[in-house]
Amino acid sequence: MPLLKNGNIIEDPYTRVTEGEELPGEGPILVDLALWQAQRDALVARSSEVGVQLAAGESPAAIAPDLEHIALVALEFPAFTDGRAYSYARLLRERHRFEGELRAVGDVLIEQLHFMDRVGFDSFDMKSDEAAEEWKTAQADMSVWYQPTGDERPTATRLRRS
Amino acid sequence: MHQVVIANRLTDGIVVFLGREQEWLEGLEGCQPAQDTAQAEALLARGTEAEAEQFVVGPELIEVELREGILVPVKMREAMRSRGPSVRTDLGKQAEN
Amino acid sequence: MYQYDEFDADFVEQRAVQFGRQVEDRLAGKITEEQFRPLRLMNGLYLQLHAYMLRINVPYGCLNSTQMRKLAHIARVFDKGYGHLTTRQNMQFNWIKLSDMPAILLELASVEMHGIQSSGNCIRNITADEYAGASADEIEDPRVYCEILRQWSSLHPEFSFLPRKFKIAVSGSDRDRAAIKAHDIGLRLHKNEAGEAGFEVFVGGGLGRTPFIGQSIRAFLPTQHVLSYCEAILRVYNQLGRRDNKYKARIKILVHEMGGEAFGEKVEKEWAEIRETALELPESETARVGGFFAPPPHEKLDDDDSDLAGHMAGDPDFATWVEQQTARHREPGYAIVNVSCSPVGKPPGDISAAQMDGFADLADAYNFGEMRVTHNQNLVLTDVRKKDLFALWQKLVTLGLATANHGLISDTICCPGLDYCALANARSIPLAEKLSERFADQNKQKDIGEVYLNMSGCINACGHHHIGNIGIVGVDKKNSELYQLMLGGSAEEDASLGKILGRGFDEDGIVDAVELVIDTYIELREAGEKFIDTYRRVGPDPFKEKVYSAPA
Ligand code: SF4
Repeated sequence: MPLLKNGNIIEDPYTRVTEGEELPGEGPILVDLALWQAQRDALVARSSEVGVQLAAGESPAAIAPDLEHIALVALEFPAFTDGRAYSYARLLRERHRFEGELRAVGDVLIEQLHFMDRVGFDSFDMKSDEAAEEWKTAQADMSVWYQPTGDERPTATRLRRS
Repeated sequence: MHQVVIANRLTDGIVVFLGREQEWLEGLEGCQPAQDTAQAEALLARGTEAEAEQFVVGPELIEVELREGILVPVKMREAMRSRGPSVRTDLGKQAEN
Repeated sequence: MYQYDEFDADFVEQRAVQFGRQVEDRLAGKITEEQFRPLRLMNGLYLQLHAYMLRINVPYGCLNSTQMRKLAHIARVFDKGYGHLTTRQNMQFNWIKLSDMPAILLELASVEMHGIQSSGNCIRNITADEYAGASADEIEDPRVYCEILRQWSSLHPEFSFLPRKFKIAVSGSDRDRAAIKAHDIGLRLHKNEAGEAGFEVFVGGGLGRTPFIGQSIRAFLPTQHVLSYCEAILRVYNQLGRRDNKYKARIKILVHEMGGEAFGEKVEKEWAEIRETALELPESETARVGGFFAPPPHEKLDDDDSDLAGHMAGDPDFATWVEQQTARHREPGYAIVNVSCSPVGKPPGDISAAQMDGFADLADAYNFGEMRVTHNQNLVLTDVRKKDLFALWQKLVTLGLATANHGLISDTICCPGLDYCALANARSIPLAEKLSERFADQNKQKDIGEVYLNMSGCINACGHHHIGNIGIVGVDKKNSELYQLMLGGSAEEDASLGKILGRGFDEDGIVDAVELVIDTYIELREAGEKFIDTYRRVGPDPFKEKVYSAPA
């Protein structure tokens, strides 16, 4: 699936590893929460980046104390209608001050990109090969924001006062 | 068991029925109800095709019966769809006839 | 009332353009119904029994005459000449063509209107007391906070895919005219001992399949924290609300399963983290928004108007209307006027294009160009000079909007039901028509007094049947319409849920049953008792006995 980051389609540097599989010798890997919890020390000791993917019911509180060792957090949208990860993303960025890559995976649609961008996601597992185009459209659609979120976009309220 | 396919037309949402010539009709008059499961499935398959062709939305089979020589839906809900709101008989299909 | 600035205008127009593009993609077959459905719902467009239905937001019920004329125009050009006022203070059109949607949305945007978030699992139109800014018993104007909440909730990036829809209501008086305890969040403005304004916060109220009365989780929330507190509630709900079963996904189920206290604790904990962020309202913002809701330029008048007394003495119909339809205004010489859109024998809440235009003219002539839509599917003029009441009434008579049944049994709340709604089990409008005919006699209605009769065509309860003093809900039984009767609900500060009285009835049976219920009340009432008071005193048994022992 095409990976969208900073408006471009890029090659995903991460290899997915699930529980039971052997950890590759080197290179960035993306593990699920169970694997992270089972092999935390070994994973922290790796020289290359480690990412953790959280399923829809898994709160980022589970990895909050370890975020300094985690380069990528992937949050899953099992269906686009399941919006839990929007809250998780804001908690990661705004509460836990996570500065690594925050990736949206699962049912990620063009219409949701705008919301995801605003809550702190910066990479997206897209379904369509036209994702870069779609990203541009999504960015161009709206230019007024009412809610202060961690993305620092100026809200209408703030602009009115300046 | 007599069945026809009902749907809403994509562009305006108006209720339509799949007619005997495989055309979409605004009333039940030109419909040839399916008499058995095989015929019903064939009808619905045509409806689903029309949905894929983006002509209608939500095609489904409904039961109909002949009352005084006229085809009418058995269920209240579809009867309403085939006529228009009972509280505004000046509107909808019932007003056009 | 609030006026858009460039930000609000851009926001709505951009959204209209975006949806216009999506409609064109759909019509061109580039996207499927499955992909399109969530997009159209987010813009208020449903597919109902006969056609597409568009729900247009009327923010907390406030409308100006230009907007009303635009709605009339849309009714005439794009629909079949009428619209329907809903229990969320919105307007619905029943016969919309998808291909007209881009044009309609641009028309609406030109008068600061839209259908954004009038559907979908997001924060819906926020509702308020229809007397806001005018009633004598008001503590603070709820519209200021409704508008602040409206902006905050518009395309909120974190809360656009909640487990289920989310409704907020704000009341600014001790008398609850906004049914706040039947909402996901109910906010009650009041003052603390130091004289500062704040909110009592209720959560977890709601009707539908599993009705609950909201629970108070905070007695006093300083007004500047309203956004952070709501954000905390929504954040807890968004993470913990059930997503496995849509019938259990509303916040009321979460609050009920967790307990109000435990839920409140979670909210407080979350709130502690975010209360001092950019969500805290600076006084300047409250003042800026408050400025839009400053009272209109009232004249200094004597409270008693001699002409009015004369007209009332001379015209008993007018006198009846004044007594029934007007409420006390805080300014001497002014009145609040309730305009009934539930005439006897007609669909409650339906209003024709001609009535919309005519009413807009009356708002211009007598009410500073503004009007309100109520959750009882009626209209209100909030600032009418008493000396204008007679002229206003005469014109309302011409428009067919002068029914004098405010708060009486024929002023029903009624959802569209099986005549329009794709989810319905049974029709509700014909019932409302028959019931209002049965009780049409003005003296009889007056004698019965205040009683709220609410009906829905299915368990979803858009017609608020659980909180009507008398509630009716349609169920489908072997392809015939069956109606259940419930008694004892109330939407007000003493909110309660009605209980089913016994077995259901057919259409004529339910009309008779309601009459027997009323007869029982009249027999048993003590001096000064309203229907609900008598019911609460004697309980359901005498009603049950009367209704079910009657010869069939
Ligand atoms: S209560 Fe049921 S029938 Fe009535 S409008 Fe709501 S969903 Fe439709």
